[in-house]
Amino acid sequence: MSLTAKDKETVKAFWAKVAPKAEDIGQDALSRMLAVYPQTKTYFSHWKDMSAGSAPVKKHGATVMGGVADAVTKIDDLTSGLLSLSELHAFTLRVDPANFKILAHNILVVFAIKFPSDFTPEVHVSVDKFLAALARALSEKYR
Amino acid sequence: MVAWSDQERSIITSIFSNLDYNDVGPKALIRCLIVYPWTQRYFASFGNLYNADAIKTNPNIQAHGTKILHGLDRAVKNMDDIKTTYAELSVLHSEKLHVDPDNFKLLADCLTIVIAAKMGSGFTPEIQETFQKFLAVVVSALGKQYH
Repeated sequence: MSLTAKDKETVKAFWAKVAPKAEDIGQDALSRMLAVYPQTKTYFSHWKDMSAGSAPVKKHGATVMGGVADAVTKIDDLTSGLLSLSELHAFTLRVDPANFKILAHNILVVFAIKFPSDFTPEVHVSVDKFLAALARALSEKYR
Repeated sequence: MVAWSDQERSIITSIFSNLDYNDVGPKALIRCLIVYPWTQRYFASFGNLYNADAIKTNPNIQAHGTKILHGLDRAVKNMDDIKTTYAELSVLHSEKLHVDPDNFKLLADCLTIVIAAKMGSGFTPEIQETFQKFLAVVVSALGKQYH
């Protein structure tokens, strides 16, 4: 299920629309993930405050979306483009890769909320494929 | 037996009482068929599903989307025993329709996205949590009678 030329085009066009709101999207998606999938909170036990709108959630949401933005620019070769991020997740953060899917789902929910008419089924499938490819690239160095 | 707080019950009944079944049902099914194209395997008799536009305008898909959403009414009315309520439907999906139960989650995810788009910021993380909990119980019940 690799990205077609059309997928890449669709993702870039949609990203151009959502990029101005990237930090908000990141914060919202992360808050939802922590609320709806409480097992994900285990990775953030070092945060004093995990509530929606808290400073660590805001900051981390922005960091995550910065990574996604970077991935969009490297969409033609995610595996080599995200090499160092993969090493970070594999050796330092050691996030179970199953969680990438969970976060991706919540990013999609926030896209639907904030861009109801732009997030058509056709855009949804390309973005879903892109986030899955991103997750695969992030998992590259795990074993 | 799944435990529901009063607040969770009221969130679910509120979402469903404000639904336009003829709009949301088809939208969810259409999205599922486009985003997860392998799900089209169950609709070979429905006519033209060759591309996104064909799927979106197919009247059989339209009707079926509405039917599926009304199928959730039974769960809303029997939240305390969704497993028993859906036993028969589970047998139907297994024995007659031969639907891979993994697909239930795919449709549930698409329904979540459609409801999120409809409710906008009203679809708070708390409401999302309750709605996804409800759908997870439905999905589990629908898979229960497979053997």
